[in-house]
Amino acid sequence: MPATSSPRFAARRFFRFISSMDLAIALLMALALASVIGTVLKQNEPYQNYIVKFGPFWHGVFERMGLYDVYSSPWFLFILAFLIASTSVCLCRNAPRILAAMRQYQEDMEEWRLISLPNHSRCQTALPPDEAADAVAACFRRLGFRTRSKRQASKVTVAAMKGAGNRLGYLFTHLAVVIICLGGLMDSNAPLKLRHLRGELQAETRSIPISEIPERSKLPVDNPSFRANVLIPEGRAASAAFVNMKDGYLVQPLPFAIRLKDFRVEHYANGQPKSFESDLIIRAGAETLERTIAVNHPLRYRDYAIYQASFGDGGSKLRFKLHDLTAPAPRANEQAAAVDQTLTLRRAGETRQLEIVEFRKHNIFENDDPALRKKFRDYGPSVTFKLRHPDGRAREYLNYMHPVSLEGREFLLSGMRSAPGEEFEYLHLPADDDGSPARFLRFLALLNDEQTLRRIYADNQEALVSAEAGDGGRPRQELSAVALRLIRLFRDGGFPTLRETMEASGPDAATAETLSNASMKILWFGLQQAFLALPENQGAAGELSEQALRFLQDSIVALAALPEYGSPYYLQLTDFEHVEATGLQITRSPGVKWVYGGFAMLIPGVFLLLYMPRLRLWAVAKPREGGSELLMAGVRVRHARDFQRYFAQVSDTIRRLLS
Amino acid sequence: MNTKTLAQALGQTKRRLQLVDCLWLALVLFALVFLSLNNRQFMEQSELVILIALVIALGCAGIAWTELRRLLLVVALLALTAHWLYDANLARAEERFLLRYLLASQSAIAWMSFLFVLATAAYFLALFTGSAFAGATGSGLTWAATGMGLTGLLTRWRESYLLSPDTGHIPISNLYEVFILFCVVTALIYLYYERAYRTRALGGFVLLIISAAVGFLLWYSLARGAHEIQPLVPALKSYWMKLHVPANFVGYGCFSIAAMLGVAHLFKGSAAKLGGNGALARLPERADLEDMMYKAIALGFAFFTIATILGALWAAEAWGGYWSWDPKETWALIVWLNYAAWLHLRMSRGWRGSLMAVWAVAGLFVTLFAFLGVNMFLSGLHSYGEL
Repeated sequence: MPATSSPRFAARRFFRFISSMDLAIALLMALALASVIGTVLKQNEPYQNYIVKFGPFWHGVFERMGLYDVYSSPWFLFILAFLIASTSVCLCRNAPRILAAMRQYQEDMEEWRLISLPNHSRCQTALPPDEAADAVAACFRRLGFRTRSKRQASKVTVAAMKGAGNRLGYLFTHLAVVIICLGGLMDSNAPLKLRHLRGELQAETRSIPISEIPERSKLPVDNPSFRANVLIPEGRAASAAFVNMKDGYLVQPLPFAIRLKDFRVEHYANGQPKSFESDLIIRAGAETLERTIAVNHPLRYRDYAIYQASFGDGGSKLRFKLHDLTAPAPRANEQAAAVDQTLTLRRAGETRQLEIVEFRKHNIFENDDPALRKKFRDYGPSVTFKLRHPDGRAREYLNYMHPVSLEGREFLLSGMRSAPGEEFEYLHLPADDDGSPARFLRFLALLNDEQTLRRIYADNQEALVSAEAGDGGRPRQELSAVALRLIRLFRDGGFPTLRETMEASGPDAATAETLSNASMKILWFGLQQAFLALPENQGAAGELSEQALRFLQDSIVALAALPEYGSPYYLQLTDFEHVEATGLQITRSPGVKWVYGGFAMLIPGVFLLLYMPRLRLWAVAKPREGGSELLMAGVRVRHARDFQRYFAQVSDTIRRLLS
Repeated sequence: MNTKTLAQALGQTKRRLQLVDCLWLALVLFALVFLSLNNRQFMEQSELVILIALVIALGCAGIAWTELRRLLLVVALLALTAHWLYDANLARAEERFLLRYLLASQSAIAWMSFLFVLATAAYFLALFTGSAFAGATGSGLTWAATGMGLTGLLTRWRESYLLSPDTGHIPISNLYEVFILFCVVTALIYLYYERAYRTRALGGFVLLIISAAVGFLLWYSLARGAHEIQPLVPALKSYWMKLHVPANFVGYGCFSIAAMLGVAHLFKGSAAKLGGNGALARLPERADLEDMMYKAIALGFAFFTIATILGALWAAEAWGGYWSWDPKETWALIVWLNYAAWLHLRMSRGWRGSLMAVWAVAGLFVTLFAFLGVNMFLSGLHSYGEL
């Protein structure tokens, strides 16, 4: 019968192929290569990121190839399944043979086969075969071998073996790999992907309350395996978590509610977080459980595990004043908002969106003030917000609540950047003794008030004239107009605008230089006069005290930076209620027992396989004149070179003992 | 007939414990009791178990390998001297001569670096000239470098507590620290093979990779200030670190040694074509090198398996799942699969020769990427060792 046409033969050939070593090695390498992809390409990012990175065309290609979630893509699972199948078939084919071989002494080995082994030797002894064989068997046992003797009329054969556990190593390791893979598959999101593919599930992409989320984006409560995340603010509870899926999420309802009683972050002296802890109250029906979890110390509740995964802001409540930086009189608007909230600000026909991004209670940085004998220093609370124009452009600001002392003076810091990746540039507003920006803001308002300024300059004509001593011919009226104009230029564009205007107005470089110097003097005196017009800045003799002078100088630096600051407001954080939120990961993994079982099998398996030497020795004693002739032979699987030495030693010693 | 003589003749009986062995065991036991009583407040139950296991392991290893015992005694002595000189004040590192020039962790590590480079030169000198003295010097220098490295790590451990009690941690928590660990572990594994195979011809090859690690260490410290002791991030505060990291580095060390043996194998292979050069003739036979390569990879594979499993168990506690396909995890798997394939070919197919040597060398690059490349080029959960 032509065997090739038989279906049984085809099946056997298939099994031989699938359990072949070549295929196994090819699969191992294929799996390794496939795994590389997922590490090079960041997995499960928001789709927007991929589109930006690869463009819409390649994004589409990559998405269809499942490259954004390689490890649960059909082709990856196919390789894995193939490897499991190959290993299983291999195991099934070899296990019975191996288990049988562990118990076979092979006492029927023919002499000619022993002689064909690379390690064999002969010797003579005066003992009769029976005794010689017994003596050799005793030697073998002494070396840790198990022996069995077979007595025949013509000869006595001693078969010995040692390290049969080495064969168990093969079984353990391969079985472990299969079990671990199956356990892992139980915990994978492959079933989820399948349901999604069949259209039974649809990822929700909007951020809407759970009650409004449609059923087709919800997973069953009794879903046996998942990894979901949820952010719970202090004092609030959650009874559902979210599973990331493609470009959206799915809701995983829980059969219990988790309430966050308290969340704590402890810091090292350098501000680095030291520990994250959440006090949780779990409530399921009438049963309640209070537990504290931390990183590396999860809570196992029924067959759920609850981990401290991250933290965030739970909507801290902030109170702040919005100071108008362009009004001719100090004007502040008291506001309240929570983190993640957006306010609409209207002024003079234009609207801006104020988006509160982040609140931080502590800002610990390396201390650069030698007066404080500390390596690190807490700069106190800060708020990050965005100010968005109607056209969508936004600048980001980072304002500190408390002033920072620099060279003995106090400043309120406000960082600004126009793109997310940039570094913040800081505006330094000189602060009053009580830490408020009021004094600076009064000065600023006065500079915005041209009418009052004009009156001040009219009252102080003398000083203004002496300021411009080099150019005495100018009419006095004109000088105060020049001062006003310079102040306006300075307020609108800072020093660069001022310089450009001067350079443009002079007929040549030298004139421009003179003009520029003169203007600076006028500007300086103009600012000084305005500053002195405010009662709080006047010294005993109407003069600038040293402290006031420094304040004025700092104010001028701040004024020069204001045009770049790009906001008509200064946000002064006045009060806050910090609400923290804990980021929990909640998992259910039925495969974990399998996987750990696999681990428990894999480690002894590997050591048995690699470190338990598997040896066999044989001795055949045949009667001979005046005693018997002894043939000894042995094999060791692998480590032939070590065994050669060992066998030589054993056979030599036995020969010496018997002769 | 006397079977006892047979067993003795074969060297099968365990070495009779001698007085020094008993003294060693007593000393180790005393250290265990002393340490566990003295540092009770810093240790969890699980850490006590780890300490006991370590003491048992060191006790046995010290009996089986007397040179290791000598090394550990010297290291203990040096570390205790440093501890005593510090007198619970970190500022002493600058004030006391011995600390400043020898025992403070930075000095000890500088000594380690210097001695390793010197040892590499000595080994190569021995290989090229055939001088037994140079070989012995290389060996001695490697022992000394290992001792200084271990002393540096132990002192650094103490220094981290002196910096601030809450900063204290075992110095295997970032890339800088594990590079020192890598040098020490690799050198120890090599020294073991040197003894087992009675050849010093391979020292240069293995020490070359340690010297490369030393070069990286110096650059990392000088250019990046990586030697500064940093407190632990919350995710690393776990006893698992004490198990996972060392196990991993036994694996990395073995794979590196296997790769350098592969290089030696390829040189030896080309000896036939180049003619019997003196240095090449001094290298062990190719079959011996293949044997050593197999043993190094087998040991590395066993420990890497343990390390990866320990990592998975830790991940289950810290990240919410035993496997997250994080780049580091995935690359660990790739390394594992790579050597699994190598071992299959060798054990089941009996492959030998240049191809397997080339593969062992290529394996080093895969390992290197898992160890360093992932930290440099890929981001993920495992970002503690970021460059």
